[in-house]
Amino acid sequence: MKPFAYVRATSLREAADAYAAHPGSRYLAGGTNLVDLMKLGVETPTALIDISRLPLDGITELPDGGLHIGATVRNSDLAADPRVRARYPLLARALLAGASGQLRNVATTGGNLLQRTRCGYFQDPSKPCNKREPGSGCAAREGIHRDHAVLGQSEHCIATHPSDMAVALAALDAEVELYGGPDSSRTVEAAHFHRLPADHPEQDTVIRPGEIITGVRLPAPVPGARSLHRKARDRASYAFALASVAVVLDLDPEDGRVRRCALAFGGLAPRPWRATETEARLTGAAPHPDTVRAAVDAELDRAQPLRDNAYKILLARNLACAAIATLAGTRPGAPATP
Amino acid sequence: MSPTTATLDTAAQASLGTPVPRLEARDKVTGTARYAAEQNPPRRAYGWPVPATIAHGRVTAVDTTAALALPGVLAVLTPYDAPRLGPSDDPTLQLLQDTRVPHRGWYVALAVADTLEGARAAAEAVRVGYEAEPHDVTLREGHPGLYTPEEVNGGYPAHREHGDPDAAFAAAPVRVDVRYSVPPLHNHAMEPHAATADWDAGRGHLTVYDSCQGTTVVRTVLAGLFRLPEDRVTVLAEHVGGGFGSKSTPRPHVVLAVMATRRCGRPVTVALPRQHLAACVGHRAPTLHRVRLGARPDGTLTSLTHEVLTHTSRVREFVEQAAVPGRVMYAVRDSRTTHRVAALDVPTPSWMRAPGETPGMYALESAMDELADALGMDPVELRVRNDPATEPDSGRPFSSRHLVECLREGATRFGWTGHRPPLREGPLLIGSGVAAATYPVYIAPAGARAHARPDGSYLVEVNATDIGTGARTVLSQIAADALGVPLDAVTLSLGNSALPPTPVAGGSAGTASWGWAVHDACTALTDRLARHHGPLPDAGLSASADTTQSAKQKPPYARHAFGAHFAEVQADTVTGEVRVRRLLGVFAAGRILNPRTARSQFIGGMVMGLGMALTEHSGLDPAFGDFAERDLAAYHVPVNADVPAVEAHWIDEHDKHLNPMGGKGIGEIGIVGAAAAIGNAVSRATGRRLRELPLTPDRVLAALSVPDTGPV
Amino acid sequence: MAHATDPPAPGPAHGTPDHAAAGDHRSRVSLRVNGARRDLDLDHRVTLLDALREHLDLTGSKKGCDHGQCGACTVLVDGRRANSCLLLAVTLDGCGITTVEGLAAPDGALHPLQRAFVEHDAFQCGYCTPGQLCSAVGALREAAAGHPSHVTADAAQAGPAVLTAEEIRERLSGNLCRCGAYPAIVRAVADAGTDPAATGTAVEAAV
Repeated sequence: MKPFAYVRATSLREAADAYAAHPGSRYLAGGTNLVDLMKLGVETPTALIDISRLPLDGITELPDGGLHIGATVRNSDLAADPRVRARYPLLARALLAGASGQLRNVATTGGNLLQRTRCGYFQDPSKPCNKREPGSGCAAREGIHRDHAVLGQSEHCIATHPSDMAVALAALDAEVELYGGPDSSRTVEAAHFHRLPADHPEQDTVIRPGEIITGVRLPAPVPGARSLHRKARDRASYAFALASVAVVLDLDPEDGRVRRCALAFGGLAPRPWRATETEARLTGAAPHPDTVRAAVDAELDRAQPLRDNAYKILLARNLACAAIATLAGTRPGAPATP
Repeated sequence: MSPTTATLDTAAQASLGTPVPRLEARDKVTGTARYAAEQNPPRRAYGWPVPATIAHGRVTAVDTTAALALPGVLAVLTPYDAPRLGPSDDPTLQLLQDTRVPHRGWYVALAVADTLEGARAAAEAVRVGYEAEPHDVTLREGHPGLYTPEEVNGGYPAHREHGDPDAAFAAAPVRVDVRYSVPPLHNHAMEPHAATADWDAGRGHLTVYDSCQGTTVVRTVLAGLFRLPEDRVTVLAEHVGGGFGSKSTPRPHVVLAVMATRRCGRPVTVALPRQHLAACVGHRAPTLHRVRLGARPDGTLTSLTHEVLTHTSRVREFVEQAAVPGRVMYAVRDSRTTHRVAALDVPTPSWMRAPGETPGMYALESAMDELADALGMDPVELRVRNDPATEPDSGRPFSSRHLVECLREGATRFGWTGHRPPLREGPLLIGSGVAAATYPVYIAPAGARAHARPDGSYLVEVNATDIGTGARTVLSQIAADALGVPLDAVTLSLGNSALPPTPVAGGSAGTASWGWAVHDACTALTDRLARHHGPLPDAGLSASADTTQSAKQKPPYARHAFGAHFAEVQADTVTGEVRVRRLLGVFAAGRILNPRTARSQFIGGMVMGLGMALTEHSGLDPAFGDFAERDLAAYHVPVNADVPAVEAHWIDEHDKHLNPMGGKGIGEIGIVGAAAAIGNAVSRATGRRLRELPLTPDRVLAALSVPDTGPV
Repeated sequence: MAHATDPPAPGPAHGTPDHAAAGDHRSRVSLRVNGARRDLDLDHRVTLLDALREHLDLTGSKKGCDHGQCGACTVLVDGRRANSCLLLAVTLDGCGITTVEGLAAPDGALHPLQRAFVEHDAFQCGYCTPGQLCSAVGALREAAAGHPSHVTADAAQAGPAVLTAEEIRERLSGNLCRCGAYPAIVRAVADAGTDPAATGTAVEAAV
């Protein structure tokens, strides 16, 4: 780790100014990923602009019935918030499926969105990685890639995004608020906050240099809709997702047909993966297990597995079908058979 | 038997056999127990090693300019200027002596600075040039480099054959011919390897605090490497944060720390980063198994063949003795147990908890389960039917063998009902499995001293190392009973190479080896006190013991501990996730000297076996040559949520052919067979036989996606 | 100990450190550690864990992985459990830190969790133990405050969480124990969890 300067910002503007004044600097909030990457030599900031004490740690009601989550709200506080638990249990579940109690006490909402991939090649500066060092190559493509992406990857990068929270936010149609300066704020859909690697895997998100996440807006929950988050992993706790699914399902109480379905996969792609094809096919349909399976397969048919990660397709299909069946109160089709 | 091996008179005992809490418990829960990196001599500096980033080749240049220019950097040791070392039996300790790179992660430099941050930054700033050569890190069947070694770890012959196992197998009415695979595994004790070394040039004395499993051997090796008389080297290890075999002999960190303190004239701590351990402190080598079992329809085994393929490094031959338990377990006349090894460009494997038995019994006990399936027989009964009267390989009688009793007792406690059909609870498939365990009795000579003080207290000195086993506690109990005094009258001093030489905490032999010496020293002191009249002199009275004669006697018995594991698992058909619901072990390991610490030992082994079965996987990256899983996020040690109700029980075993305490050693048997029991339970639950560990969701899901074709 | 407590700096708690010159890589940091104010002049790279271990000689907090993957370094920061290896000390100026050394009472009376760990033999090598203990204090506080875990039923919305064995296992899964003492740890936490004093610590009570 190289020496770096440290600035504790007392306002957003001060933070943005400090960022501009220190080329090569990084914003620091909880630091659970950034400090980790600095120790690995993956991140080598010249300065850390500490935004953890900015007044961005509130959860407030929005006039439309939604919630505003400040960027520095800690993951554990967000998961424990009674409004979140009552209105967005999906989000609480996803948060609690991630990391450990002590990490969730420190990790922030904004930082969770900005965490970097856990690809082993990305984390090892002695090896090629286009995300870390553009142009150096992707070692994972032919290498160890059991945990890597089957959707949305490019020839330059097959890393997955590791966040569980972001998967729930994508399914909830959340928006990310960005501050770029006194006259420069914008919001971005959570589902499109992370970008696909294409030719520039070094850019994980659409965030511009110097921009700061100030919060996340959750739209009002759909009345009557039910939701579910489920994650499969290599051990019972404290492990990244092999695959996960977040589903919001709204059924017409009259005829039982799907009025609206929002489905996002985690662990499959460089970003939380909204299954738009599945959603489109299910909307207006009766959630019969065969219909659900066909709709899920229509999305997963786009997958391009590599040598050792094709299991993710089956896993994702099982997770999605089981989740929808649970929410719809139907029996799932027999899982795990081709 | 020598007179000293008569077992302690149980009637007179106050302490042994009782659940005394560990004596250092308070220090550990208050954070005052200090480990090797936590010694703070004045002017201490920090060393940070630089690992090689090629898998095979040599260093062509080391540019230290940028590193040395950083503030607080004291030195960068390289292959070109590091101190020249004396000889060592272990070539992995010949660090920075030449430019060859035998595997990725081999140390090629050491940065030393006055702060931890400075040392890390300096190590990162060292620029190393390499000339890379092609490498090969992939073990496979048919690898052209495979050869049969002379012997395997533990000094066993690599190849043993009795009768004609091929003909017997061909003639067997019921046969299984199956292959299993166990990946490389890492010890990953919670305390990473660390040493604080302090060379006092004025006194000409080297003091080293080392995270190790025995200071005697560390002192001997360091004295040899640094060409010092042994009495100029003191190695201390009062508290050690686990080892599981990876600290049995000196590892690179301690050699580097001593090099650095000699170079810099200041105390130096080298605490290895977790990510370095996979390459530098040993691992359990991967093993590929082929097991062939032939049996009569009544279950009587007629042929057993266990062939093991494994890897070693190009630095040192270490051969995981995984076929050896086939020489111990079952009555079968025609058998072959054999090992072949390939030397690859891999880190050097070494001991990990029950080397040999752990992967070997996974394969053998899984195959026995498959045979029980093929026979339509209760796997407990199959094992009972083939329980031998004498050790199959040697023909020697067992000093004691209560495997059948362990199986019966375990079956009763677990509620084992033989060939119980699997249950289904919604998406969950539930099943139970059983497997046997075995581990040999080892013992090595040790010395100890006992000292009676005029105030009625006693000091017992033995160079044991308590790596968490409870050695400090149980040795104090042995001393108290041998002296015939209450436990609190005894102070035990350990973890100091200045005490008489002892073997390491390894091979489940610590308590037997150290304990015998403690027993003899205390018995000798008791005799001396009995002959003494009047008050003790101010200096007290002392006695010492050396068990070289008694411990080296070759007994006419085969001596092994045995056990049985029972597991109930659930497999999720949606995700392929397997979770253990219950794990129960029953062990026959001689006399249990402290039920509290023994239970923790057994359960700890079982939990590590659970990890081996379900979560722990390491693999060599063919392109780069290193282990892909190098940290604790990627290498999945089981977490609390993985570990359900685990029970350990034992059979009261009285074996007079062991040592004065009558114990067999319990540190390793808990892991042996645990993975097989869990794997067998998964087979019962799912109707599919998975033969490659660990049983992760991807593999289970793939197996479940193949239609169930009935018993496999 | 070479560094001990550096001369007290009168800087304000929670204030902005003095970093007049660009490229300044050190700051004065004031922490309240186990109830005592500790003023340090630290390289920004120093983590809370290394500040405790290398600068304050409080070596109870352990370094098992240095990357937030094992929990051995867990301490309480302003009363909440956190991995001290991932916190830069400079960011904590003015914060209260409780380490394992601060759990027992000044008279030496063990914290209920410490007593329970001894009683249930909830450790072997002891290296993960300080982190397990601090994590357990934090977990008991979180449960008392009604924080859910991944295994808490959605329906359980209000009031303190009921600490079943399953809940304890999940809540303590951020603390690895390679000796495999988990079953005993769960019993110890369940046992101590019934003692209202288990969510407190001596030094915090004294503050």
